[in-house]
Amino acid sequence: MRDFSYMQADSVGAAVASHAKGNDSAYISGGTTLLDLAKLEVMRPGHVVDVRKTGYDQVEQLDDGRLRIGTNVTNTDLAYHPIVKEQYTVLSDALLSGASTSIRNKATTGGNVMQRARCAYFRDTSAPCNKREPGSGCSAIGGHARSVFAVLGTSEHCVVAHPSDMCVAMAAIGGVVNVEGPNGKRDIDFLDFHLLPGDTPHLEHALEADEMITHVTLNAPVKGAKSHYLKLRDRASYQFALASSAIIVATDGDTVRDARIAMGGVGTKPWRAAAAEKSLIGKAATEDNFAKAADIAFADARPTDDNAFKIPLGKQAIVRGLQTVTA
Amino acid sequence: MSNDIIGAAKPRIDGPDKLSGRARYAADHYPANLTYAYGVFSNIAAGKITDIDVSKAKQQPGVIEIFHHGNFPKLHRSPSNFAQQNKVDEPRLPFEDNNVYYGGQFVAMVVADTFENARNAAYFVDVSYQESEPVTSLTQALKKGAPKQAKSSRHVRGDADSAFSSAPHQVDAIYTTPVETHNPMEMHATTAYWNDGDLTFYEASQGVVFAKNTIAAVFGINPARVDARAPYIGSGFGSKLWIWPNAVAATAASRELGRPVQLVVPRAQMFTTTGHRPATHQNIKLGADANGKLQAIVHDSVNSTSFVGHYVETCGSVTKSLYDCDNVRVTHATAQVNQGTPTSMRAPGAAPGLFALESAIDELAEKIGMDPLALRKANYTETDGSKGLPFSSIHLMECYERGAKAFGWDKRNPEVGSMKNGNEILGWGVAACNWEALKRDCNARVALRADGRAFVSCATQDIGTGTYTIVAQTAADVLGLPLDKIEVELGDSAYPSGPLSGGSWASASALPAIHAAAKKAADQLKGYAVEEGAVFADADPEKITLADGKLSMDGGDSVAFVDVLQQRKVAEAFGEAYTSGATGDEYSFRSFGAHFVEIAWDPGISRLRVNRVVSAIDCGQIINSKTASNQVEGAIAMGIGMALFEQTEYDHRSGMPVNNNYAEYLVPTHADYPEDVNVLLLDYPDYKFNDLGLRGIGEIGITGMAAAVANAVYHATGKRVRDLPIRIEDLMSA
Ligand SMILES: Cc1cc2nc3c(=O)[nH]c(=O)nc-3n(C[C@H](O)[C@H](O)[C@H](O)COP(=O)(O)OP(=O)(O)OC[C@H]3O[C@@H](n4cnc5c(N)ncnc54)[C@H](O)[C@@H]3O)c2cc1C
Ligand code: SF4
Repeated sequence: MRDFSYMQADSVGAAVASHAKGNDSAYISGGTTLLDLAKLEVMRPGHVVDVRKTGYDQVEQLDDGRLRIGTNVTNTDLAYHPIVKEQYTVLSDALLSGASTSIRNKATTGGNVMQRARCAYFRDTSAPCNKREPGSGCSAIGGHARSVFAVLGTSEHCVVAHPSDMCVAMAAIGGVVNVEGPNGKRDIDFLDFHLLPGDTPHLEHALEADEMITHVTLNAPVKGAKSHYLKLRDRASYQFALASSAIIVATDGDTVRDARIAMGGVGTKPWRAAAAEKSLIGKAATEDNFAKAADIAFADARPTDDNAFKIPLGKQAIVRGLQTVTA
Repeated sequence: MSNDIIGAAKPRIDGPDKLSGRARYAADHYPANLTYAYGVFSNIAAGKITDIDVSKAKQQPGVIEIFHHGNFPKLHRSPSNFAQQNKVDEPRLPFEDNNVYYGGQFVAMVVADTFENARNAAYFVDVSYQESEPVTSLTQALKKGAPKQAKSSRHVRGDADSAFSSAPHQVDAIYTTPVETHNPMEMHATTAYWNDGDLTFYEASQGVVFAKNTIAAVFGINPARVDARAPYIGSGFGSKLWIWPNAVAATAASRELGRPVQLVVPRAQMFTTTGHRPATHQNIKLGADANGKLQAIVHDSVNSTSFVGHYVETCGSVTKSLYDCDNVRVTHATAQVNQGTPTSMRAPGAAPGLFALESAIDELAEKIGMDPLALRKANYTETDGSKGLPFSSIHLMECYERGAKAFGWDKRNPEVGSMKNGNEILGWGVAACNWEALKRDCNARVALRADGRAFVSCATQDIGTGTYTIVAQTAADVLGLPLDKIEVELGDSAYPSGPLSGGSWASASALPAIHAAAKKAADQLKGYAVEEGAVFADADPEKITLADGKLSMDGGDSVAFVDVLQQRKVAEAFGEAYTSGATGDEYSFRSFGAHFVEIAWDPGISRLRVNRVVSAIDCGQIINSKTASNQVEGAIAMGIGMALFEQTEYDHRSGMPVNNNYAEYLVPTHADYPEDVNVLLLDYPDYKFNDLGLRGIGEIGITGMAAAVANAVYHATGKRVRDLPIRIEDLMSA
């Protein structure tokens, strides 16, 4: 770990201004990603701006029914917030399936949205990795690429999965990431926030230079819907998803009226399965139709040498998730 | 022995110190003027160092010295002799030359004024290498050529090959287990300082006497000038039996600099330079008649070892003894890979070996159409066929029967996939567990002091298993004192020489010596009490009993022992005792048991979990039912990990480990531990083994566990997984 200067900001303005002073600044909130990677020398910020005293630590339901979550709300507080527990079950479930209690107590909403890849080669500074060192190559391709690697949205430059559970639930719910920067405030559609690796896997998100996340604002809950997050992994806790599904479904009798499906552990970003959703609207809530939707979701899947099983596993996550909310 | 103390479920006497942080581990000692070392580790698995540029690193703040092969002092390899108590598994010293034999090998070490400065500077040490093609796995090594046979652990009786070929029922299968890493919570660490040629060092060690002698051999000095201490260690699972390069690096740096040095091995290098369980490749052949009677057992195994150590994983060590069979061949061989040197990990040999054997027994039962438990019973024996000696005490049949009853084995439907519970298919599996009972030489000292307390000292260790507590119980039993009046001093090579905490022999070796020393201390005290002018002058000391801190005459008059000492004007009454190791000339000493496991497989979401475990264990007298059950429970957890999760993964091109942290190296979490675990401790004292009848319980619980899980998985899914760990992709239908 290298020495860095540290500034605790008391407002978003001060944070952005301090961040803008250099070109190797980093915001820090819970620090569970940043400090970990700084110790490994994977992230080497010269200046660290602590945003935890900038406010943005409330969860509020807006008049239009949307839910505005301050960036500094911890994963634990968000998971147990009464509105989240009641109206956004999928989000509460997803948060509680992630990491461990102690990490969730520190981790924040903005930090979680911004968490970095869990690829072993990304974390090992002696291995080539396009995400860490653009143009150096991707060690995972042809290397060891099982648990935390994607089958959807990969490129020949990077194949790592987006690690977050929270973001998968948020992708299903839909919403915007509210940011503020040197040029003022703007909103970024949640589904546009994370970027596909393409040939620039080092570019992971849509933030402009020095922009800070202030909130995530989620769409109002789908009326009459049930939701569920199903995370599949080798062990029962404390492991990133091999495959997961965030499902929100509203039915009229046996017919699907509305369906939202997002997937984790299988995509290079929190993966919304729009075509699969569409295939279900107006259809009967049957295992057969669920299986067809799952096939659609994975139609373009391309595994690594080690993770072909994620295709059937991801489909199972969708089918069982759909069964659970329509049971 | 009075039963209110021996066998009682006493909580650990060191618990409060551990919970409150008062217990200090190897890196919790801060002698004056302390410096901090941080390693630079090879990021190639094979080759040579061509250059080490320390110029940038030297300019970093706080740097005192940077060691590497060019300037590290010339030291000596330990002879690595078990009898001389200086054994190591990796005899090569750190920084011996410019060769790189494995990834994560020490190639340089920065010493600085703070830990942070040392770590910072370490990143600036620029090492250039000439890489050569590494051997990155056992499989690859076996393709390169025949493995090297290890003669010492071979066993042959009868003619296994021809008995196998003529047997009506046969199993011939290959089982593999991966590299597993111990991953104790406390990382390896050394805090060392020299004073006028005398060395004191705190080491994360399961054997302070071995640590002392080995370091003395490395420096070529009299062991009497070395004091190795490990009053607390954050477990070891075998990785801390012998010292590793960190101990040599830190003690040498301290001598060179004339200042104390502390070195902690980072978690990532706990996967490379402090040992691991090697990968194994095992061929089992079983031949049996129609009744399941075994006619031939062949167990040929190979394990990976390093290029700088020759470690043999004795997978067949149980195979040669467990079943009644006249034709047995057990062989071991090794093949070199570019990984750090392997070492003993909880139940070395037996853990991977019984995975193979007990899986094969299950396969045989399936072939014959026999209940797998009945097959085991059909081959039960009370004689160790490898030695031609009776077992000193065996209640394996009772383990099978009591375990089966508690589990409900008679309700098992043998048909694969037939037992359902909602979305889940249940699988029931059984396996035997087994471990050799060993006992080593031990010295101990027990003193009753004038302040009313007793002191017990022995240079063995409590590695988190409860040794402090059972030592206190043993002394309390003889001395008639409550536990809180007994001070136990362990983990210092200056104390009377005691056993390694390994091989499940620490308790069986140390407690008899402590018992004997306590008796001698009590006798001296009684002697004082009957001296001329003393309270019980001229009485028969045999008639004096000790209880509640008092001596009583024939149940009548009593006097506090403190008063006896005060009258005699001495500080203490003490006894020193030596007890010798077990010879094994007349009996074969082993512990026995059986695991019964229920797994649940949800094919709709490919979820595999262990639901329920019953383990019946026959390991002699139980000294403390709480710490003893804990050992088996912990071993069950570790066995579940071995079955389903544990595997150090290497990049097959570079040979570097890729899951070298607690997040990606999977071990069971609390959520993976079944709610329903029932440990049955049979508690039959084995007085042929030692006076206290105990055998040790640290390792047996992990043996057989992976096989019981694999057998249960087969029962549920019909998939026979012979390569650990069992992964969900092995079970998902194509
Ligand atoms: C061992 C381990 C296991 C884990 N397992 C899981 C898991 O199973 N599922 C899962 O979803 N997650 C898991 N995580 C990841 C965890 O959820 C993230 O580390 C956490 O959410 C990050 O939040 P933080 O507040 O600590 O972020 P920090 O570490 O403070 O920051 C993370 C990143 O976000 C940036 N950042 C922080 N705040 C802002 C802001 N307001 N605006 C702009 N940028 C900002 C930082 O510069 C940094 O780049 C695990 C982490 C660990 C260490
Ligand atoms: S998968 Fe992505 S993060 Fe991993 S090595 Fe390749 S480029 Fe780097």
